[in-house]
Parts: sequence; C-alpha cells; structure tokens
Amino acid sequence: MAKRAAPEVNAGSMADIAFLLLIFFLVTTTIEKDKGLLRSLPPIDDTEVEPPIIRQKNLFTVNINRNNQLLVEEEEIPISELRQATIDFLDNGGGTNQAGESCDYCKGKRLEDSSDHPDKAIISMKHDRETTYEKYMDVQNELVAAYNFLREREASRLYKKYYPDADKVFTAMLEEKEKNQFSKDEVLNERIETIKKLFPMKLSEAEPDKK
Amino acid sequence: MSKFRKKDKGELPAISTASLPDIVFMLLFFFMVATVMRDSSLMIENQLPSADQVEKLKKDRTIFIYAGKPSSQYKQFGVEPRIQFNDAFITVEDVQASVFQGIGEMNEELQSKVVIGLKVDKNTNAGLVSDIKQELRKANALKVMYIANTKKAE
Repeated sequence: MAKRAAPEVNAGSMADIAFLLLIFFLVTTTIEKDKGLLRSLPPIDDTEVEPPIIRQKNLFTVNINRNNQLLVEEEEIPISELRQATIDFLDNGGGTNQAGESCDYCKGKRLEDSSDHPDKAIISMKHDRETTYEKYMDVQNELVAAYNFLREREASRLYKKYYPDADKVFTAMLEEKEKNQFSKDEVLNERIETIKKLFPMKLSEAEPDKK
Repeated sequence: MSKFRKKDKGELPAISTASLPDIVFMLLFFFMVATVMRDSSLMIENQLPSADQVEKLKKDRTIFIYAGKPSSQYKQFGVEPRIQFNDAFITVEDVQASVFQGIGEMNEELQSKVVIGLKVDKNTNAGLVSDIKQELRKANALKVMYIANTKKAE
C-alpha cells in the first residue's frame, strides 16, 4: 500500500469557535468604575474634654425629618435652595478667625448674624432614623457641592494662570494629582492644600435619636 | 506556452481569511483579561442614589458593604433592610469583625489607606447607615465612600 499523507485538519471553523468565546466574554464583561462621595468619619473620642463653645451664628443647622422635609436654620426650604444658602453661610465672612484675621477672600454679604470666617463656620447635620438614604445623599451632595463651588472659585482666582484652558481649575488640579500619583509633585500638593485650607470642610453629623 | 495561460487575468484572488482567528483571539484575550466576574452576588435590592459631586474610587483599597431590602429570591429574610458583606447577611454587630477580616485580606501597604465603599439602596432608611457608620468608627475605618450613580451637574 502506498503511504498516504495525513489529511490536513480544516482550520476554517477556528474563527467560529473563537467568535463564540469572544461574544461570551463581551457579554459578561462589565468594566465598571464606582464613583461616590468620599467622607471621613470622626474618630471615637473618649476623653472628657469640655467641647469648645460654638456661637450660634457660626453654626449652620440642617435637619431632615422622617418625611424627608428639610429644615435649615429653623426654616423649611426646598432642596434646590440648599446649595445657595450654604454658600451664603460659608462665604459670609462677617468677622475674624481664631488668629484675628478677617476673611479677605470672602465675597459674601458680611452679615452680623451669619458666620465669622470659613475657618469657624460649621455645618451641623442631623437626620431621623426614618429618613430615606436617597434624601440623605441628596443633602450631602448639595453640601459638598457648596464647598466645591467655593474651592473652585478660589482655585481659579489663585491658579488660573497655570491652567489657562481649564474650565474648572480645582478639578483640573485634582486630576493632575491623580495622574502623577507615583511621582509626588510637592508644589501641586501644596496648592491643593492651600485651597482646602481656605474653605475647610467642617461638616458634623449628629447621631439620630434612638427611640 | 499557451497551455499554462488559460486562466483569465482579470479575476481577483480571494482574500485570505487565515489571519481572522488571530484577530479574534486577540480580542478574546483582551476581554478575558478585562473581565471581572461579579464576586459576590447581591441578595438585596441595590438601587444606588445619584449625586453629581462624585469622586473616583480606588478599587484596590476598598471593602464593600451592601445594604438594602432582601430581593425577591430572598423573601424569607423579611422586608426590613439588611446588611450584606461578601456573600452573607450580617448584623450590625458583625460589621466590625467583617471589616477587620476584609482589611486582613488586603495588600499590606494598602491596609492603612482602606476605604469602605457603602453601596446602599436608596430606599433604605438612613438610620441603618448611621448604625453602620458608628460600627466603622469603632473599627477605626474612618474613610467612607458613599457609592452613587453619576448625575449630570446642572
């Protein structure tokens, strides 16, 4: 018998098999990037030190009741007005800070009965146990937005010259920091800290009352 | 001479498909590498709230805690919102232990930078969330990210 060469395997269906696998992975892939609001919780403090006295005018109280109604500074307002009210409070600059400096970058109305200085301005938030998480997040979002607005304003006042094309200077700075996270840029970090110091985030949350 | 030139000159040769599998395999490997299979299946309803002031989350240093009403397959657990960690329901008292366990499984150099990602259903009451936060304070895991969907800023 003559020796026959083994017939070549038809590789034409290889593509079909690969496509099948490909489509499976395409469908199951979720390239998801989670985003959210980053907040720091206060550490538990057992020391019995008398808390410092905060004057009423430096305190911005935000209450949410069980029916998701918003009470800000003893007045019921819709959530759409919360952001502006917070900005007005933080940016008021009616007096001086601990060191006796007045707020020369504040553009508020400098009212006597609102906050003295962004350093001293504290937002105090309290909610009921029955408040929905959605409402709670909406309020948090508005408060963070107020801080971001003011920081953005200061960043564009101080550092616009380094980011002439950026629409939002503070965001651009944070993005640059993110990009260069493996090579520390001292100047950039210092600038970000400067901005944060101008409007330090002082947001205290009270525990909801237990029944 | 003419014997070998019978074929028409104008006909185009068929395009070779031999490299098609290679291309497809390349794509396949990309998606295989990029795929993350969901590691914990959710036993709760999880509709996230929306926010527009969001920051990105660094996944490598995050421990996720879920909370919400048990979903329809898990009706036997009732309708009260529950906390889920990995694949099981936990109680508020277990949060601390779970967080320590999560931290222990992490890379050593990231352990001090741990962020707790809270994926909470938007219809949950905020009291449960503040219970979780209180436990996290006790566990000294103070960085918290409230995970939210991105809403367009006005």
